[in-house]
Amino acid sequence: MPRTPQMIEKGLTLVDAINEGLAQEMERDARVVCLGEDVGLNGGVFRVTEGLQKRFGSDRVVDTPLSESGIMGAAIGLAMGGMRPIPEIQFEGFMGPAHDQLVNHAARFRNRTRGEITVPLTVRVPWGGGIHAPEFHSDSPEAIYIHNPGMKVVCPATPADAKGLLISAIRDPDPVLFFEPKRVYRSYREQVPEEEYTIPLGKAKVVQEGTDLTIITWGAQLFQCLEALDQLPEDASVELIDLRTLNPLDHDTIATSVEKTGRCVVVQEAPKTCSLGSEISAIIQERCFLNLKAPVQRVAGFDTIMPYAKLELDYLPDAKRIAEAVVQTLGY
Amino acid sequence: MAQTAAPAAPSSTSTRRGVSADLPDATLSKWLRDMFLIREFEVRCAQAYQQAKIGGFCHLYIGQEACAVGTIGAVNHDDPIVTAYRDHGHALARGMDPGACMAEMFGKSTGCAKGKGGSMHMFDRPNWLFGGHGIVGAQTALGTGLAFAARYEWEVLGKGVNHPDGRPATLDENAPAKKKVSLCYLGDGALNQGCLHEAMNLAGLYSLPVIFIVENNRYSMGTAIERGTTMAHNLLAKGAAYGIDSLKINEEEGLDILRLYDKFKPFADECRAKQRPGFVDLHTYRYQGHSMSDPQKYRTKEEVEAVKQKDSIDQLVLHLMNERKCMTEAQFLAMQREVKDLVAKAMTFAEESPIPDVDAELYSDVYSNIEANLSPTREYVHGAKNPLL
Ligand SMILES: Cc1ncc(C[n+]2csc(CCOP(=O)(O)OP(=O)(O)O)c2C)c(N)n1
Ligand SMILES: [Mg+2]
Repeated sequence: MPRTPQMIEKGLTLVDAINEGLAQEMERDARVVCLGEDVGLNGGVFRVTEGLQKRFGSDRVVDTPLSESGIMGAAIGLAMGGMRPIPEIQFEGFMGPAHDQLVNHAARFRNRTRGEITVPLTVRVPWGGGIHAPEFHSDSPEAIYIHNPGMKVVCPATPADAKGLLISAIRDPDPVLFFEPKRVYRSYREQVPEEEYTIPLGKAKVVQEGTDLTIITWGAQLFQCLEALDQLPEDASVELIDLRTLNPLDHDTIATSVEKTGRCVVVQEAPKTCSLGSEISAIIQERCFLNLKAPVQRVAGFDTIMPYAKLELDYLPDAKRIAEAVVQTLGY
Repeated sequence: MAQTAAPAAPSSTSTRRGVSADLPDATLSKWLRDMFLIREFEVRCAQAYQQAKIGGFCHLYIGQEACAVGTIGAVNHDDPIVTAYRDHGHALARGMDPGACMAEMFGKSTGCAKGKGGSMHMFDRPNWLFGGHGIVGAQTALGTGLAFAARYEWEVLGKGVNHPDGRPATLDENAPAKKKVSLCYLGDGALNQGCLHEAMNLAGLYSLPVIFIVENNRYSMGTAIERGTTMAHNLLAKGAAYGIDSLKINEEEGLDILRLYDKFKPFADECRAKQRPGFVDLHTYRYQGHSMSDPQKYRTKEEVEAVKQKDSIDQLVLHLMNERKCMTEAQFLAMQREVKDLVAKAMTFAEESPIPDVDAELYSDVYSNIEANLSPTREYVHGAKNPLL
């Protein structure tokens, strides 16, 4: 679809970028099929698939009934049959009914068939908090899926990364869970190359280089971290890493950075216990033990149920909390 | 929508014969008031949402009032009910305080779920309302379980484990046991969730007194029922597949609370008496969009207008004024004033109530004892020091 004047002048939102990536892959590869609740006629709850049914027809952009287990299972079957399905689950909380299909089937098929049968599937899921919605509509369940081998997990923070990572995910031979931070959907624009391009899965991005401390984050928290950097003392030299892919995790980028800085703060929305932040802390102590000058800190959501609207901003990490953790760690 | 003035009478008036004909005037007036209360409440919710006082999602019940009021009116106050996320109507029909309901929507600490659940999570233990559920279809198995408990109380224990006011009884207390029936509401979209089919199979297999009430408003978000559901023209086949007696209440009946009751009441009584499940395809219609941000590309304005001509509140007003002749226009206006006043008070209450206290509420009610999840991160609420640093 041609870009609008606004997109040309001001850049693309995350929604625009994903939409463009989907359209270009559908154009390139007729095996690509989108399916989900209201993804066609309505263009999806967040309008990410807007216009795709009109352009590619209802055989390729399929409105499904309200049945996550059926959607996921059928998408897995499509993938086993050689297609490149892209199911959308409307909110991360609705992964529940689809969980069995994804975790017990999609993730294990390659292994179970010793490589004979694979599941090239890209599951798109709006993810995370910050939109004043209650539980099921604001959760960050990435750790559950990272914990299960066999599935890649991607969580872009910016429009340009989203497009490149999405295209890689679609072309990847294994199932990829593609978490889209809702909070970023329409709140940030940037210039995004118009042609197709890929960003390799499993590669973190060093957003800012620094020498004294490493902040590691992903998803919408990238923007809270950027805000926090502005609140730090002038002389604090902080390296900021956006993981982008959560599984496989880019151990080398993490270790190289922390070997250099000796200090690390991990920032995430998810509850702290048994989270990706916990895993990263463990990796750092395994790989950088002798370089560490302070304990690794996790600035995280709390070990409680995501509260509705009024307590949301108390739950989610913000620039202040992040900056405080950074200052404490620097002063250890 | 119900007008402020009484609606014009249709040319012909029908003669009523069903069980509703025997109900006292006061019952029908109460129904009218409850339906009007729900509508007024929802109108004010919409305004509050537009003013960003309500966050996230807000699914209005306008148009469907006869469903909740008519079916809840056909069972006892201590029959358990459970519903999906379009739940304000059920909560109010069950007797939830409108202030507590509105405060929940506002995310205030005086809400029925302490402001931590929001629009989709209305709970009211004393009124035997077990939610308010945001995961479509998931409540159907819960309704089945509630019926399991009720039958277990009646047949195995021979005594109740809860008091009629919803309070749990202690082991040596004797709460009354009685034959109950649980009402489990679901939307037509939920027909396609696997959970419902597992729940219906269990209910059929164990003969559990649960009535699955499909509030068939023709749409699941933007998907018309024919586009998403097989056998849409004959949903009763789905009940039959699990050996469950099924009842269809068509749109004419579903929008006319008296005819709805005439059909539903004997059906519910039988499910209770025989302690067996039921399945009801109850046709109704929602006037507003699915939630507050719905461009409604999937239906025409004319379609909506046509149903509004059969508005359930208008129909009941006409019946009470012209057929039963038990309500005057002045009484109707007075009732409207009383309800508007009540809802206005609920708004003020919600507005003026405090937001939940972070310290007290962010961690509360996750476990029975708050100590269980006091991880060190809690300190960060106020940016205090990590004990390690
Ligand atoms: C498991 C799950 N999937 C998707 C959703 C998102 N969603 C909320 S309501 C809805 C449509 C439900 O339609 P229906 O059951 O007919 O109820 P109605 O809105 O008409 O009352 C959808 C898709 C959800 N809440 N839970
Ligand atoms: Mg519906």
